[in-house]
Amino acid sequence: MMTNQGNRVTQGQFSFLPDLTDAQITAQIKYALGRGWALSVEYTDDPHPRNTYWEMFGNPMFDLKDPAGILMEVNNCRKTYPNHYIRVIAFSAVRGVESVTMSYIVNRPKKEPGFGLVRQEIGGRMIRYSIHSYATDKPEGERY
Amino acid sequence: MNDTNNSDSTTVLADDAPVNLEAEFEASNVKEVLDKLDRELIGLKPVKTRIREIAALLLVDRLRKQFALTSETPTLHMNFTGNPGTGKTTVALRMAEILHRLGYVREGHLVSVTRDDLVGQYIGHTAPKTKEVIKKAMGGVLFIDEAYYLYKPENERDYGAESIEILLQVMENNRDDLVVILAGYKDRMDKFFHSNPGMRSRIAHHIDFPDYSADELLHIAKLMLATQNYRFSPDAEKAFFEYITLRMKLAHFANARSVRNALDRARLRQANRLFANASKALSKTDLMTIEAEDILASRVFIEGKLDSEPESGQ
Ligand SMILES: Nc1ncnc2c1ncn2[C@@H]1O[C@H](COP(=O)(O)OP(=O)(O)OP(=O)(O)O)[C@@H](O)[C@H]1O
Ligand SMILES: [Mg+2]
Repeated sequence: MMTNQGNRVTQGQFSFLPDLTDAQITAQIKYALGRGWALSVEYTDDPHPRNTYWEMFGNPMFDLKDPAGILMEVNNCRKTYPNHYIRVIAFSAVRGVESVTMSYIVNRPKKEPGFGLVRQEIGGRMIRYSIHSYATDKPEGERY
Repeated sequence: MNDTNNSDSTTVLADDAPVNLEAEFEASNVKEVLDKLDRELIGLKPVKTRIREIAALLLVDRLRKQFALTSETPTLHMNFTGNPGTGKTTVALRMAEILHRLGYVREGHLVSVTRDDLVGQYIGHTAPKTKEVIKKAMGGVLFIDEAYYLYKPENERDYGAESIEILLQVMENNRDDLVVILAGYKDRMDKFFHSNPGMRSRIAHHIDFPDYSADELLHIAKLMLATQNYRFSPDAEKAFFEYITLRMKLAHFANARSVRNALDRARLRQANRLFANASKALSKTDLMTIEAEDILASRVFIEGKLDSEPESGQ
């Protein structure tokens, strides 16, 4: 995180870039739809970079032809959770793939406090390091 | 006309710049769809005229845009009324294609639904269901058949009202994203609009589909046969005209759909007849021709009853 100026959580695609505009998000959705992937919207307020299990916002969206429907759900989610992390994921059902093929953040809390380094002393003067989000000291739903 | 007829170009033309409606018409390729509509759909004069009018309106709107004369998308939601089998679904499909060619919908697909696809079974089920359908239709046309079933005034706890409310919102706020076409029988649609004035005010085009005359139905029959590489013998054609005249007076007459079903049965009888004389060598013409006896065997002639009714005496 030291190399990641501004404490921005980096997870998934494009997360080192400035926030995507709606036009850019639409273009990415269009790409995924063109490949026949199902899209869904997810949110969380637990920003650990390795927290891959986020909450689903509504159902995954199958058989859509146009990005407008998905952007509508993104905006609904933003309205409901304006201060959460929100991402769009694309799922490929192709046999043998059957997994998430795209994932990118489309909404962030206004202020991301970042992470602290935690040292744990263990036997033999060894030290274990982990990172800890300042935000998660507060209970779920009150973090941002 | 040069390449300024690109509808999403943002450059505004000078006030005195000439534009060419003819060229715009050619460029949109919409002529092809309209001609196909004329060729493949028999009759339906008022419907075809209305569709041409709408196409003209949209074309002029596109030209006006080049002078920055309009900013708002015209309302394109429509209401098709008419009896069963008068071609409402068929025309809705064509409408999606026309709107796509003119650039008023992005993808041009048709999502066809009825009450069951929109309205849920329990509290909290309807909104996600309706929204899912709407999302699927975005970029294209949402076709709601027998729309009046959405509204059941005798049951105040009916979830249909919730679905209507979501539809109303989307019809207003997402006019760029989808076009909604409602369809149903005239009197019941009128009643539906009477109790849902919000729906009525959001629909710009009301198109009425007339019943077909016997002549038109015969024409439709010949067209349907031709697409399947069949044809009537001269006697069969006369017999079929008679059949239509009789059939029109019976119950459950569904215009072109009844014709389609009658032809399916005639093909069955033709196959049976050919099979019965299996010893005889068959020519290509034999395989293609529907004879009068294939049609006269219908119970509509013999008992004045539908072929689908149970046998008499049962
Ligand atoms: N004018 C026409 N020319 C040729 N074929 C037609 C015409 N009108 C309808 N048909 C044919 O008749 C059949 C029924 O038409 P369609 O499904 O569009 O009717 P509909 O008005 O939607 O009926 P319903 O109200 O029962 O849904 C279709 O197979 C269609 O191809
Ligand atoms: Mg229909």
